[in-house]
Amino acid sequence: MKLGFILSEMWAGIRSNISMIVSIILVSFVSLTFVAVTLLLQLQVGEMKTYWYDRAQVAIYLCSDYSPEEACPAGGATDAQKAAIEEQLAGETLTPYVDTYYFENQDAAYEKFVEQFADSQAAQYITADQLNEAFWVNLKDPTQSELILESFSGLDGVEEIKDQRSYLDEIFNFLNAGSLLAAGVASVMLLSATLLIATTIRLSAHSRRREISIMRLVGASRFSIQLPFVLEGLLAAVLGALLATSVTVAITHYFVTGYLAKQLAFTSFFTVADSLMITPYLLGIGATLAIISSSVSIHRYLKA
Amino acid sequence: MIRLENATKTYKGADAPALDSVSLDIQRGEFVFLVGTSGSGKSTMLRLMLREERVDQGEVLVLGENLNQLSASKVAQFRRKLGVVFQDFRLLPNKTVYQNVAFALQVIGRPKAFIETAVPDVLELVGLSQKADRLPSALSGGEQQRVAIARALVNRPEVLLADEPTGNLDPATSNEIMTLLDRINLSGTTVVMATHDRGIVDRMQKRVVEIKAGHIIRDAKTASYREIPSDSMPIIPDSPADIDFGGQA
Repeated sequence: MKLGFILSEMWAGIRSNISMIVSIILVSFVSLTFVAVTLLLQLQVGEMKTYWYDRAQVAIYLCSDYSPEEACPAGGATDAQKAAIEEQLAGETLTPYVDTYYFENQDAAYEKFVEQFADSQAAQYITADQLNEAFWVNLKDPTQSELILESFSGLDGVEEIKDQRSYLDEIFNFLNAGSLLAAGVASVMLLSATLLIATTIRLSAHSRRREISIMRLVGASRFSIQLPFVLEGLLAAVLGALLATSVTVAITHYFVTGYLAKQLAFTSFFTVADSLMITPYLLGIGATLAIISSSVSIHRYLKA
Repeated sequence: MIRLENATKTYKGADAPALDSVSLDIQRGEFVFLVGTSGSGKSTMLRLMLREERVDQGEVLVLGENLNQLSASKVAQFRRKLGVVFQDFRLLPNKTVYQNVAFALQVIGRPKAFIETAVPDVLELVGLSQKADRLPSALSGGEQQRVAIARALVNRPEVLLADEPTGNLDPATSNEIMTLLDRINLSGTTVVMATHDRGIVDRMQKRVVEIKAGHIIRDAKTASYREIPSDSMPIIPDSPADIDFGGQA
C-alpha cells in the first residue's frame, strides 16, 4: 500500500472519530506530564545528592557538662581527650580518608545556632555552654562516614557522631516519595490512555468495517489493513507526548528556572535542557503504548 | 482449477453440517451455477473457495493452492487472484465509482500508473465510463452491481465468485448483469455463481450444481434449474463480442 493512500485512510479515520482522538491526545498528555514530573524529580534528587553529599560533613560531638550520663559518664571532655581525638584525625590511619577537619568550640557553635534559628524562640533559651564542642570532618569520599564512626564512637569524651547525610536522606526520602506518587498517578493515567486507545481504535475499525471487509476480500495484507489504525493511535499519542513536553519545558522555564532557582539560590535545579532531554522518553513511552494497544485492538477486531 | 474433495463443514452450534462430504471439480473457463434453496450450502461453498471458512474434513484446492494448508499470511496473496461479488454490492458510499474500483488496487499496493489505466478499462467493460465520478447513491441497483463487478475484475482475477449477484435486482437488470458475467466468462475468467433465480439459470444453459441440505444432488452440464428438457430453452441474449475483456490483455 502506498504511503499517501495509507495517510489518507488514516485521516479519514481521524475525521470520523475526532472527539475520541482528542481524548486520546489529552489523556496521553496528562499521563506523560506525570511521567515527566517523575523523571525530573528523580533527576532533581540525583542532582541534589551529588551537590549536598559532597558538602556533607561528619560531626564528632564532644561531651559537655549537659551531656547524658550514659554517653559521657565523666562529664565534659578534657583537653587531653580533645588532643587525643585530634591526633587520631591527623594520624596516619585516617589521613588518606580525611580531606579537612576543624574544631568548633561552644561559642562558634552558639553563633551558628543563633544564625540558624534566628526566627525561632529556641535561640532565646539556649546558652553557649549547653551546646557541644565538635570536630567537623570533611571526608574525601562522603560515603565512608562509617570509618569515623568506628574510630571514634565509644572513645572517652565523645558524645555522639553524626553524619549530616542522614539529615539529607530525610529530605531525599521526601522528594522520592513525591516522585513515587507522581509515578503512581502516571501509571494509572497511562493505563487509562492505553485502554482508551484500544477502545477508540476498535470503534474506528467498527465504523469502517465495510472498508475492512472489502480490503480483506481483495487481498490486502493484514499489515496494510492494520497500519492506518495503528498510525491513528500513534499520531494521537505522539501529539499528547509533544504537548506534555511543551508543558514540562514551560514549567521548567517559568517556574523552576525563573522562580524557584532565584528564591533558593544555593540549590541547583534541573534546567530546560534537562526537561528537553526527557522528551525522547515521553515520545517513546507514548508511541510504544499506542502501537501495542492499537495493534492488539485491531488484531482482535480482525479476528472476530 | 477449483476442486472440493469430500469437503465437510459444520458451523459452530449447528446440528447438521452445512456441507457434508461434497466433491466438485470446476475446470478453467467454466461457468457454474450453484443452485438450491436458502441454507442449502451454496454460500458455504463459495466461502470455502474464498478461504473465508475452512473445511473440517476433506480438501479445497483453488488455483493450485490447497486452502487447508494455506498460511494466514498467504491468504491475502491468494485472494488477489479471485474476484468476488455479493448480493448487497458492498460499495463504499463515500467514494465515487472510480474510487471504489481503484480502492481494490490501492489497498494491495498497485502502482499509480497501473491503477490509472486499469480502472478506466474495467469501467469501460462494465459500461460505466460516463458515471465514474458518481457516488453509489446516485446509481441504480444494476449500476451499483456493475461497479462491484468492475471492482472484482480490476485486478484481473482468474476466478470470479458471485454470491446471488442478482438477488436485489429486477429481472431486466438481472439480465444485463448476466450478459456482463457471460461476456466476462467468454473472455476466459472462470465464473462460479450461487443463485436461486430460476429464470436466469434456465436461460443461460450452463453447468448447474444443485445443492440440498449440504449434499450435491445434481451436477449437470448445460442444464436448467430443475431437470426439464433443455431443448426448448431460449438462448441468452446476444453479447457484444467487440468488447474484449481486459483480463486477457
